[in-house]
Amino acid sequence: MWEQIRSNQMRSAFLIGILGALLLVVGYFLGMAFGGNGIAGILVAAVVWAIMLLIAYFQGDSILLSVAGAQKITAEDHPQLYNIVEEMKIASGLEKMPEIYIVDDPAMNAFATGRSKDRTAVTVTSGLLQNLNRDELEGVIGHEVSHIKNRDVLLMSLAGVLLGTIVILAWYGTRVLFYSGMANRRSSSRSSGGGQVIVLAVALVLMILAPIAAQLLYFAISRKREYLADASSALYTRYPEGLASALEKLGASTKQLKNANNATAPMYTINPFHKEGREATDLTSTHPPISERIRILRAMAGASPADYERAYEQVTNKKVIPGSVLATAGSVALRAPSAETRGVEADRIQRTRETSDMLLRMNNYKIIACPNCGTRYKIPPDYTEPGIICARCGNPVNLR
Amino acid sequence: MLALWIILGILVLLALIFWGTYNGLVGLRNQVKNAWAQIDVQLKRRFDLIPNLVETVKGYMQYERATLEAVTKARNIAQAAQTAGVGERAKAEGELGGALARLLAVVERYPDLKANQNFLNLQEQLTSTENKISFSRQFYNDSVLRYNNKTQMFPSNIVAGMMNFKAGEFFETATPAEREAPKVSFPQQQ
Repeated sequence: MWEQIRSNQMRSAFLIGILGALLLVVGYFLGMAFGGNGIAGILVAAVVWAIMLLIAYFQGDSILLSVAGAQKITAEDHPQLYNIVEEMKIASGLEKMPEIYIVDDPAMNAFATGRSKDRTAVTVTSGLLQNLNRDELEGVIGHEVSHIKNRDVLLMSLAGVLLGTIVILAWYGTRVLFYSGMANRRSSSRSSGGGQVIVLAVALVLMILAPIAAQLLYFAISRKREYLADASSALYTRYPEGLASALEKLGASTKQLKNANNATAPMYTINPFHKEGREATDLTSTHPPISERIRILRAMAGASPADYERAYEQVTNKKVIPGSVLATAGSVALRAPSAETRGVEADRIQRTRETSDMLLRMNNYKIIACPNCGTRYKIPPDYTEPGIICARCGNPVNLR
Repeated sequence: MLALWIILGILVLLALIFWGTYNGLVGLRNQVKNAWAQIDVQLKRRFDLIPNLVETVKGYMQYERATLEAVTKARNIAQAAQTAGVGERAKAEGELGGALARLLAVVERYPDLKANQNFLNLQEQLTSTENKISFSRQFYNDSVLRYNNKTQMFPSNIVAGMMNFKAGEFFETATPAEREAPKVSFPQQQ
């Protein structure tokens, strides 16, 4: 696992290096085309990048969580979710327990945030809690925790900021070039010889192609990370079927997440923008097709990264896991499903009730049972009367 | 003069290598200690949960006295083994885990118990504690393997020998079979 992180970082650092080089090239040609000074263009690009990076580093996760409308929960709010996150923390050897957030949204998804080891968080939607059993939830949380463990969050935000800078520069660049080009033509063509025209042409082509190339690179990094997170989740839980079955449910759901955007997409378990019946999104998606991920997980004969690699090869005829990982990892046996999965699954109604109770409590609702007949009442926080009359048995219920 | 510098350079280099290796070994040894503390926390948690569990299910399961007694007995043995070495302790804890799994398996026969909110909460805590024990054991054994490799492989074994780094012991439970899900056979109804 440790080797995996290191080799991941090498590979991702390489791709991010290419992204960075692309940014510098864009800056250089922008400078050349604009004022004939490539170095100044590079400087401008670097400054824009640095500002965006600082914002992303210091404010990124708070912005993300507040955009998603996430609320923090404790062990008492949802013991099972808390337990599962703690289990995955132990299995992965994370030093610090991630914080847990809930998004009140019927869509099923989860994401991980956190720039450093000391400040990490896992966020799940209430839809996920309602629809998944323990093993499935554990698979999803294992996937998210491995994003934290493998430092994907930091790398993806780094790559995301680079991508964003390239897109912004190219956007302004094309407009400036377009108008200055027209202005040049209107004045004399004395000063601008053939060389200037070539520079302009190259710059224009670059402005159009660079954002697309950057996007494709970014997607390539993201997809590889998803496969690795799936493999790690299988290793941590020793039960790939849990994640596979969760992905099946997630993929079948047609509800779209309300508050997701392009920047946050790679952090989710599945692409938050997925539409049903559209799975072959090869180069232009942050996530690999769900059906393929499920098939790989189900083809695993054991829980080790080597088993994932064999299954991956079987399904796609390609390789995904770095060789150094395969050399160090021994064989790992699968475990049996937990009691809940073996047919004594807690009622879905029960889960839905637990989840909605939790959300109500988090919004300061009081949940009180009538002492006489046991009927449960959910009292909103702005209700100020000292008591109510039970609608079922007529018994007074004291709220104080 | 040149020879002196070369010898000095080699000595500095050796000191640096020694320094790095020593720190690496200490880091790994601490990781093993931390991982062990993790297992310890979870095992203690399991000790605390068992009396509660036995108390809750007792009223429902008059016909399972033997199963309940086996759990209580295994708990007492495991608690007594707390100060023993890793190997002995792992064996006692393995037996406790097996006894608990058998108890949770027979629970399936008691629908009333499965409607008891208190029991359901306990069951979640217990399931999770069992998982945490096996996950922390997984991580502990991983750490021990890495630490032992370092103490036994050249050249770090020289430093390990000089500074008295001893190999760690793996935490292995008795039989691989007890990791599997317990099989419950219901009497055939004619």
